[in-house]
Amino acid sequence: MQQSDPHDQPAAEPADGSDDAYIRFEQVVKRYGDNVVLDHLDFRVAEGERVTLIGPSGSGKTTILRLLMTLEKANGGVIWVNGDSLSHMRRGGKLVPADEKHLRSVRSSIGMVFQQFNLFPNMTVRRNITEAPVHVLGVSQDEADQRAGELLELVGLAEKIDAHPTQLSGGQQQRVAIARALAMRPKVLLLDEVTSALDPELVAGVLDVLRNIATTTDITMLCVTHEMSFARDVSHRVLMFDQGRIVEEGPPAQIFSEPREERTRSFLQAVLED
Amino acid sequence: MLNSLPLYLNGVWVTVQITVAGAALALALSFAAGLLGSARRRWIRAIGRVYTEFFRGVAALVLMYWLFYALPYVGFRLDPMFAAILALGLNVGAYGGEVVRGAVNAVPRAQIEATTALNMGYVQRMRLVVIPQAWAAMLPPMGNLLIELMKGSAVVGLITVSDLTFVVRQQWSSGGDTLVVWGLALLFYFLIAQALLLGVRYLERRANARLGRGPAFRAAPEPAAASAGGSGR
Repeated sequence: MQQSDPHDQPAAEPADGSDDAYIRFEQVVKRYGDNVVLDHLDFRVAEGERVTLIGPSGSGKTTILRLLMTLEKANGGVIWVNGDSLSHMRRGGKLVPADEKHLRSVRSSIGMVFQQFNLFPNMTVRRNITEAPVHVLGVSQDEADQRAGELLELVGLAEKIDAHPTQLSGGQQQRVAIARALAMRPKVLLLDEVTSALDPELVAGVLDVLRNIATTTDITMLCVTHEMSFARDVSHRVLMFDQGRIVEEGPPAQIFSEPREERTRSFLQAVLED
Repeated sequence: MLNSLPLYLNGVWVTVQITVAGAALALALSFAAGLLGSARRRWIRAIGRVYTEFFRGVAALVLMYWLFYALPYVGFRLDPMFAAILALGLNVGAYGGEVVRGAVNAVPRAQIEATTALNMGYVQRMRLVVIPQAWAAMLPPMGNLLIELMKGSAVVGLITVSDLTFVVRQQWSSGGDTLVVWGLALLFYFLIAQALLLGVRYLERRANARLGRGPAFRAAPEPAAASAGGSGR
């Protein structure tokens, strides 16, 4: 594992207020029935920035990732990814609702790793990693195989290339899922509580892999996690959420050592006591 | 008895041909109706539903009669074998459509979300992920439908196709021993059904193995977190 402190060389300055945000949420509202999950949310993430979202369950953190991955639709506001909106597009000089083609084009820069891994059980590890590059990106099978080998090497599972997901532990499955997401060469990696479903002794392995990716690549990361030491290690910025709003944000050193808001203090206390 | 064995075997062969061809047609229609029925747009789902509800609600025998005896009045004369295969395929395909729709809808939402995260389109999602996973769930009910189709073919003699039942009736009416000829009919149908079920079970085993189920697939415990990746690679 590379030992350099990720904070030494941030790939980008925090995006607040800047116009070069890679991801931008503008007044985004998400409701499930009467339950308001995101309440006129505004935030920006710069290219190469690593942002961790923390907060209690139900505070809307995962919803942010799901909206970005187009797994959910916002009820209001606009989400921009690299200058493209997820809700509308330009056609003939007019703004029209985004169609599937537009969404696929925006989505091509985003990858996601899920809490429950979601590997395809009908495929070996190799096919899990190579099918999308071959069929979606049009990469040759040989090239995809070679890349799969490299990525499995990166996540420490080179010998499992022909194994079946059911033959792997949870931690191994999650590391394959990380390799699968990286195989699509995303600019943004969304990590949704990727260690929450793992036995405690398997968590470290997955976090080591992510630390390695954070320190050796300039990939933009949005990470929802309860692993506070990981958040402190890899993030450029931490956002504390509660009830669909950002309560506090700042560099990890400040958020974890000198939180300004009482809500952040009580949340961190509860998590760290856990 | 032995002299008439070739006749029986001929009847068996015709029954097998109708069953296999009818099943192939039914399978194709099942996928078409099932995938239409599981589509997101309502009007596409409606097309699937119209086919399913119409052909599920029509007796296969009546459909067979209509195709063979009524269609010639509007200028289409069908070969009796073809009419039999078409009627059985259309009828069983309507039931099969519901099997496909149910199995496709039962593929976990998380799997669909993973295909979205990998930016797969509808065709890629269906071909690479959904159908291969749904296939294992489809096979047991599809096996039942296959047997139903085979048994349903016993009426094709009514539109002049000389299948197994047709041969047995001929042998009976020309003086064959009732117990023996109908006993042979039972035996042959049973044997055909067993052969079909063997095939379906083989497909089930293969489908389950592809999903990592079965004795050959047991998750090995991870040796602590030691093999965790990244270390300098």
